[in-house]
Amino acid sequence: MRPEERVQIAAVLVFIARKSFRLGTLLVAVCVLSFWLVSHSPIDPVNAYVGADVMRVGPEQRAAIAAYWGLNDPPLQRLVNWGAAVLRGDWGTSMIFRQPVIDVISERFTASLALMGTAWVLSGVFGFALGIIAGARQGTWIDRCIKWYCLTLASTPTFWLGLLLLIVFAVWLGWAPVGLGVPAGVLSDEVTFGDRIRHLVLPAATLSILGVANVALHTRQKLVDVLASDYVLFARAKGESEFAILWKHGLRNVALPAVTLQFASLSELFGGSILAEQVFAYPGLGQATVQAGLRGDVPLLLGAVIFGAVFVFVGNLLADIIYRFVDPRIRWGGRYEQC
Amino acid sequence: MIAPEASEPKPILDVRDLSVSFEQYARGLQKKTLRPITSLSVTIRPGEVLAVVGSSGSGKSLLAHAILGILPSNARVTGTLRHANENLTPERQVALRGSDIALVPQSVGFLNPLMRVGAQVRSAAHNGNAAEAQRAIFARYRLAPEVAGMYPFQLSGGMTRRVLVSTAMISGASLIIADEPTPGMHSAVVEETLGHLRELAGEGRAVMLITHDIEAALTIADRIAVLYAGTTVEIASVADFTGDGQSLRHPYSKALWRALPQNGFAVTPGAQPVLDELPPGCLYEPRCPMSTPDCTGARPEVRALRGGVVRCFHAA
Repeated sequence: MRPEERVQIAAVLVFIARKSFRLGTLLVAVCVLSFWLVSHSPIDPVNAYVGADVMRVGPEQRAAIAAYWGLNDPPLQRLVNWGAAVLRGDWGTSMIFRQPVIDVISERFTASLALMGTAWVLSGVFGFALGIIAGARQGTWIDRCIKWYCLTLASTPTFWLGLLLLIVFAVWLGWAPVGLGVPAGVLSDEVTFGDRIRHLVLPAATLSILGVANVALHTRQKLVDVLASDYVLFARAKGESEFAILWKHGLRNVALPAVTLQFASLSELFGGSILAEQVFAYPGLGQATVQAGLRGDVPLLLGAVIFGAVFVFVGNLLADIIYRFVDPRIRWGGRYEQC
Repeated sequence: MIAPEASEPKPILDVRDLSVSFEQYARGLQKKTLRPITSLSVTIRPGEVLAVVGSSGSGKSLLAHAILGILPSNARVTGTLRHANENLTPERQVALRGSDIALVPQSVGFLNPLMRVGAQVRSAAHNGNAAEAQRAIFARYRLAPEVAGMYPFQLSGGMTRRVLVSTAMISGASLIIADEPTPGMHSAVVEETLGHLRELAGEGRAVMLITHDIEAALTIADRIAVLYAGTTVEIASVADFTGDGQSLRHPYSKALWRALPQNGFAVTPGAQPVLDELPPGCLYEPRCPMSTPDCTGARPEVRALRGGVVRCFHAA
């Protein structure tokens, strides 16, 4: 093995070890903090569980319910019980869904994944394209329009945009269904792929339209910087055409930060999906999380929080990996310094 | 039979009365006009090295950019530029830059950080087999073949210089403009780079060496154009830079020469005029020891004097 290879492998191992340690400490902190917050929540889990039947449930029944869910145990005991369930693999039983939390999360996350994945790809592609157009035409009316559009969107709340789209496209125009993930009153076997797509359009559009602004503004600024750089000036002096400059120098130097940013923005996407799913009553993980919070379903809420933490962590990790192992300056920079 | 008059070769580039200005909005709607280049005139012939020498802010780099037509879009350019006896219009500039007029830039910052060096050199080639030409030029400049696969950040200062000169070399341009090609470099690297430029002139190309380093310029140049506040105050042959500067024509050239450590380290008080408040008369008048009332009224024109060119009423 050549010494530089050994150095490189050592660097990768250090990177993995450091990231694993971070993830471990992050998860422990998130678990303890969320559990502490939930145990101080003003919501009475028994009332929330019973719901509208609260008048018909007597004190004995309430006590039985509390005992069944282990709500009378001291907080530490409940934390330990929950931890044991996590290690067992089912993450406890959801009080609302009466199913293992892990099943609820995996089912709900599949629905959310379709939503977030669509929004992520669309916002990335359109945002990048708009940013490139605006940056290449800096100062023209088209640049001003795109900038104005992005700044307006960047200051728009997700739920408000969702409501607006609902009013226009579902209520007034009737082009899209008013909510839910599948048509109401249809057996699950009879739900077609087209039905699912039709229900996905508006929530995905809400998330994508908002996600565009971030990528577009960032890409635009980066491209403006690149086009003002010395190496673009030199490319002009070498007689390269404006198109070649945009293609060879612009895209090459803008793409990497844009992709990195897109991965790092998974946290915003996750947060946005919670609001969008709530507005559209879309049965994803975000909506389940809101229900779990409102109805005191501690195992599901904790499961969702942990899952969200891992999801965002993975996004940032991918951004980090791309940045570190794709950019030649960072990939080889350290190696040459050490040699 | 009488031999035809031994005339010098025709200039490849003739810059006459070049002025570059920028409009700038200062406070509110108040407009300021910056004039970094005023009435600059210079010519360069095939096979010669012309050094354009001046302090920073004297408009040296802008001269290079004006010749190549790569000034920012808000620049206003007047005067005439002629290349090989044809007007150098913006369309001709687009056609000629990179192919017949090449730039050797200052630093590694002029290379795309995410592109391999070899590809960047090859992109400067305008005819023939680029890959073969690049290999031959790298061999000539003692750059190992694997350098072509490196990224700019992996190059040493000396390698960067050779790569940048390679881009001009591969273009086959007949006019090469080297803009400050030796900033803050080790003297061996400076010498090597200057040697490469001299070689290019030896092959019949014209080399314009833009620099603030008058000593470096003297080692390879044939003639030296001295810039002050964006105008050519004197064009002199290298031989005139000798002794205490008595052969020089303009008081600024003399001051520049005498400011060198080995020539007395003499400091001339004052500074170059601010770009938006150029003096109405001679641009050097505020600092000039020979200044008379004539000098404040009108700007002197360039005139031939003792085989060189000078812009001064009093030069003799």
